[in-house]
Amino acid sequence: MPNHDVIIIGGGPTGLSAARALVDLGISDVVVLEREAEAGGIPRHCGHLGFGWQSHKRFWTGPRYAAELRKSTRFLDIRTSATVLELGNDGTVRIQNNSGISELKAKQILIATGTRETPRAARLVSGTRPQGVMNTGALQQHVYFHGNKPFSRPVIIGSEWVSFSAILTCRHLGIRPAAMIEENATISAPRPGDLVARFVFGVPVRTSTKLLNIVGRSNVEAIEIEHQNKREQIICDGVIFTGLFKPEKALLPMGELPESITLAGNVLEPLKTSGECWQQGRIAAEKIAARLL
Amino acid sequence: MQARFDIAVIGGGVVGLAVLRRFAMVGLKCVLLERGADILSGASKGNSALLHTGFDAPLRSLEIRCMRTGYKEYFNIRDKLNLPLVESSGLVVAWTPDELAALPAIVEKAHKNGVTDARQISAIELRLKEPNLAKSALGAVLVPGEHIIDAWSAPLAYAHQALAHGAAIMRSAEVTNGDFSKGIWQLQTVQGAITARIVVNAAGNYGDFVEAIARPSPFTIKPRKGQFVVFDKPAYKLARAIVLPVPTARTKGIVVFRTAFGNLAVGPTAEDQDDRELATCDREALLQLKARAIEILPALANIDVTANYSGLRPATEHKDYVIEALADRNWITIGGIRSTGLTAALGIAEYVSALYGKNFGELPKKPSKSVWTPVPNLTEDRIRPYMKGGEIICHCELVTRGEITAALDGPLPARDMGGLKRRTRATMGRCQGFYCSANIAAIAKGHFDAKP
Repeated sequence: MPNHDVIIIGGGPTGLSAARALVDLGISDVVVLEREAEAGGIPRHCGHLGFGWQSHKRFWTGPRYAAELRKSTRFLDIRTSATVLELGNDGTVRIQNNSGISELKAKQILIATGTRETPRAARLVSGTRPQGVMNTGALQQHVYFHGNKPFSRPVIIGSEWVSFSAILTCRHLGIRPAAMIEENATISAPRPGDLVARFVFGVPVRTSTKLLNIVGRSNVEAIEIEHQNKREQIICDGVIFTGLFKPEKALLPMGELPESITLAGNVLEPLKTSGECWQQGRIAAEKIAARLL
Repeated sequence: MQARFDIAVIGGGVVGLAVLRRFAMVGLKCVLLERGADILSGASKGNSALLHTGFDAPLRSLEIRCMRTGYKEYFNIRDKLNLPLVESSGLVVAWTPDELAALPAIVEKAHKNGVTDARQISAIELRLKEPNLAKSALGAVLVPGEHIIDAWSAPLAYAHQALAHGAAIMRSAEVTNGDFSKGIWQLQTVQGAITARIVVNAAGNYGDFVEAIARPSPFTIKPRKGQFVVFDKPAYKLARAIVLPVPTARTKGIVVFRTAFGNLAVGPTAEDQDDRELATCDREALLQLKARAIEILPALANIDVTANYSGLRPATEHKDYVIEALADRNWITIGGIRSTGLTAALGIAEYVSALYGKNFGELPKKPSKSVWTPVPNLTEDRIRPYMKGGEIICHCELVTRGEITAALDGPLPARDMGGLKRRTRATMGRCQGFYCSANIAAIAKGHFDAKP
């Protein structure tokens, strides 16, 4: 079985930055495994501006940032469409790719599998199950990858940074969300985000408001909300569940992590900007290099 | 369609498809009319996907009869159709002294129902079998033959085998009315008229409406909603057996069971409602289900919820199935197949073909050569396509591009996103489409009428 110095699982900002940093530190036998057909991670489908400041002192769109990350690692062994199925405590990695299942081994493994938003199901939301209910990540892919317009007047559930990304994605489609719904008394993103949403994007922000119910047979027709013990309906044709990020930790072995496995980026602590992930990747690389050298 | 059919089956659920298969395989000219955009879009869509022995079914009922024959035939044809079967066993667990006292009667009933290997086990034996079960369990009835299947592979296989024997399946073909004259039925559908010699009503939650075409319905459907919560993959290892409660008169109660897709689920609730179609999920009920599951398997407290779903079972005012032939109306009624239809479907089909023989003349002899149409495997305990390579599209459930394109193709392609999910498992995992739903929509573009 081929034995490498480092295998990095996940080719997003954390994984790519770690790979690059490892090479810069003199460790060149590094393999990055990315399950999508293209490395770059979440920024690939964040079509709006706001990426690259921490790493490159630039103000890029997500796809541009992802492309720059790929460029900085283009001479590295990055294997796309490679899904890691299982991780052994001894450094073996079971991989699926186009030709079947194989195994690789490494002295050190970096898990940089990132994060995803909590979907409707895990939030245990009442109501019917019509089409047009999705997370921001799925919406972005619909819009920026495939040019789809899944709805024209959605509501946004949540008010984190990513919720504003959902507004921007809607704006790219030329549609205006019917409302942003936040259960807490203030929005999760820093103020004056609520004012920006309302006055720049024309999206009413409803704080202290609970989503009760999704209504609609085949497509979303409305949501029911509760505010100060009063119920009302908001007519809409889609629901975007934003944020409540969960680390993508399915590969983590049970129990304590062995010395040979390191975690970095969003899988370690959810909801970081891609810039922070990039920095964490570098720190993880230093740690791993110190173990190897 | 102008041609006259021998048999028109109304309803593309598991029962209708099993009946269609049965008649098509003896060479009758059959058509199935389904109101949904795809088959399996009604009562057969959301159930617990278990293959029951019938140990707790009503004694001497039509239900237990069909379950027993259906169960046996499932095993007989399962290799040839590549049907799923995750061996599991069932445990009816007693949590109170009263429930413990009720166990011997459950064993006795099981034996009377022909499930002779059911036996009571002690709290210690139970703990050895299921170490993750809450310590308050007092004992159980072990039913070795209770197994896990998936809800859709078997009925899809029946559909494909029926098609291979010349049957026609029409979807989005709701039957609105019908006329019977000179021994011929003319059924009005939203896609035009269909003529057939004999009509089989297998309309599930719409069974009484369809029955009214032939006669005042002897039963009224009162849909009973069942909600389920599905836990993430690590939960699969927490219980090998299907954990059942001691049943009450009204319902079998809340069951905790592994799924063929490598998860663990809890459900169903039992809630009567009027709507025939809309099965909502309800936060309070889901929270209660989750809490109940954690009481039974405390380690579930640390495991995320992957999905929840809700289904409607066609309950009626009768305790038993209503299956009868109206000799003078060329009509066969299959009504009130509540929660055991997946197990009983093949048995119901056999019973219905016997009714045909008694009332409408001898069935043609089964041709010596049958065509077998194995379905792709969806279950975790056998080889899945990704293991042989290919591009994985749905990362959580490890569904390949090849599986998705195959489900959009062939004699019975998926007609909506739900149909595609049921054929492949795509988007059913922990991310619920965060990563793959847009890609899948792109692959499916042009195949569905509805928006992605």
